[in-house]
Amino acid sequence: MSTMKYPAFTMPESNARPMSERCDSNLTRLLAADEFVVTGELGPPKGHDAEEVRKKARMLLGSVDAANVTDNQAAVVRMSSIAAGLIMMNEGVEPIIQMTCRDRNRLAMQADLLGAYALGIRNLLCLSGDHQSHGNHPGAKNVHDLDSMQFLRMVSDMREEGKFQCGEEISGGGLQLLVGGAANPFADPAEWRPYRLAKKGIAGADFVQTQLVYDMECFREYMKRVVDMGVAEQVKIIVGVGPLKSAGMAKFMRDRIPGMTVPDATIERMAGAVAGIDTEKKAERSAAWKAEGIKICIEQIQEMREIEGIAGVHIMAIEWEEAVKPIAEAAGLLPRPIMEV
Amino acid sequence: MIVAEQKPLNEIKSMLKGCKKVLAVGCGTCVTVCFAGGRQEVGVLSASLRMSTDLDGDVVNVDEAIVQRQCEAEYNAPLEAGLDEYDAILSLGCGVGVQSLAQQFPEKRVLPALNTKFMGYPAEHGVWEERCQGCGNCVLHLTGGICPVSRCAKSLFNGPCGGSQAGICEVDATTECAWHLICENQLKLGLFDEMMEVQPAKDWSSARDGGHRRIIREDVRIPDEEKA
Amino acid sequence: MTSFEPEIVAFCCRHCAYSAADLAGGGRISYSPSVKIVELPCTGRANALEILHAMEKGADGVVVAGCLPGTCHYIKGNTQAKHRVTHLRELLKTIGLEEHRTRMVNISAAMGAQFVVEITNFVETIKELGPSPLSGETSNTRTEGQS
Repeated sequence: MSTMKYPAFTMPESNARPMSERCDSNLTRLLAADEFVVTGELGPPKGHDAEEVRKKARMLLGSVDAANVTDNQAAVVRMSSIAAGLIMMNEGVEPIIQMTCRDRNRLAMQADLLGAYALGIRNLLCLSGDHQSHGNHPGAKNVHDLDSMQFLRMVSDMREEGKFQCGEEISGGGLQLLVGGAANPFADPAEWRPYRLAKKGIAGADFVQTQLVYDMECFREYMKRVVDMGVAEQVKIIVGVGPLKSAGMAKFMRDRIPGMTVPDATIERMAGAVAGIDTEKKAERSAAWKAEGIKICIEQIQEMREIEGIAGVHIMAIEWEEAVKPIAEAAGLLPRPIMEV
Repeated sequence: MIVAEQKPLNEIKSMLKGCKKVLAVGCGTCVTVCFAGGRQEVGVLSASLRMSTDLDGDVVNVDEAIVQRQCEAEYNAPLEAGLDEYDAILSLGCGVGVQSLAQQFPEKRVLPALNTKFMGYPAEHGVWEERCQGCGNCVLHLTGGICPVSRCAKSLFNGPCGGSQAGICEVDATTECAWHLICENQLKLGLFDEMMEVQPAKDWSSARDGGHRRIIREDVRIPDEEKA
Repeated sequence: MTSFEPEIVAFCCRHCAYSAADLAGGGRISYSPSVKIVELPCTGRANALEILHAMEKGADGVVVAGCLPGTCHYIKGNTQAKHRVTHLRELLKTIGLEEHRTRMVNISAAMGAQFVVEITNFVETIKELGPSPLSGETSNTRTEGQS
């Protein structure tokens, strides 16, 4: 950890239009109205079965305001996020399309955004993308024509100025997209993280979604710095939460996932959930773990609502989409408000 | 300097299929310094090839030569005299060296014995690290003297990504996060404010993306009328 | 096979193994007469190229004999030699030769008898391996390297 002191920083004044004017998505309207939003996540299949997407979408329907559709997550090839997003939209769930800098250059990004917009997609999350060396095509050439900050700036300009990155006008005017980025409060250098979030705001992010948060103490400190910088007034911060499935998963996340911290107390609590259950009774143990995971998640959401500067939660239940509804329900987040235009 | 490493012996052997006699040509510049294509390496590779093909029962005679700078025609010129007796030239130069020989001796087949890896820095004896990709538009003044194009796995321009952990890149546990180093340096130099400037999309046309690159310097170029 | 007397090249450091060989000679302790000793200022001077050249010219085995660990006259010439021999054994395998045809041994100047033991031991190993496929009649005729 750095011993050097980071200089004080305050967000420059923004001349952005009011949130409600930037985009006409449901998510935008809720954020503009300062509702505590709930977003979910849908991982498209490693195949072409639309029904798989519909099934997951139906599990999320009514429990979230919008759901992210991942873009070749973990650098593993999956159904295109735009295509899966459209299928999801037809099921009644508003998509937040994820797009990475890893797989597309600025031409492909802009072309796909025009297409997505034409199909009715309105929310976008701009990401660098996991490195392909971790995925199933490690021999692929990565692109990184833009980085996530430049990507945000490009899309923000496409909306506000109605221009492509090259400066030419977009026929038919700007894309009224709600633009978001990702934030990892726990990556290193730790002191840099609030600044990076601020920089995303300067680059044009309307909102950010964070990496999964388990360490509430660290997260509170991070949020305090973010709020002190004046970032939360300009960027809607949606916090990533997710139910743990087992004590093993919690340990794995703590030890093996870069940029993730899981406090020992949480791991102990998960381990304690199966106390007294015979190790042979696998189903019973799994059920106990899952129940405890959901309980921890609910408590976390309740704590999050008390933290200044938080605009909502992003519930990530990886391959466990059915957990979203009970969590949202128990956390008192249902029914979700619908804000018609 | 340009850093290269030798191809596996068996790959080189398969390139030599059908050759009876080849000339291995090393280079006395970059690849000598990185122990890939200097006099010693030419000797070891040539002996290995002679012995190995002999054991296979189909011996390839490998003669050895070295030139001071394989990427310049003047240095290669003396090789021409004896080339007739060889079926191929096996170059232990970098990619530029191989192509120089191929261009200079178009009637000869020129085979690469090395894989040219990068422009790098000898971090310690026997360890080389990439430092420059020749993107054609240097940004080191903005990044504390540390190149994010070549040293960040994602060539980011606006700070470390979420995969930076304890100063290490998520892609490889032995690689330092370039942006972590840049952060520290900019702080040390009192230039952290620059980190908060959103660096605009890079114009990659100065890099390989813009097509084959060439520099023409009229001030040092010899005018046509003087060439004759 | 029983009459096979291997051609061995021994690269010996002047400060230890070479003197040890001298001592063995002075003490009339005999060892294989086909061992050809090459004196080096230090085994740090022995490199892959010389060992390979000896092999190429038909040596059945090459031994590098340097000082005991920690006693190199030039601090770490012997450990570097050991490192090189280890890597060279890998190269020998790739070439198609047995890795045991080369070996590093450590000896002090006072260890005349031990020198003979080590050399005899190596000769035995090579005898078990048999003649190098590159030695004598088995090898195709080759031209000399140019440089």
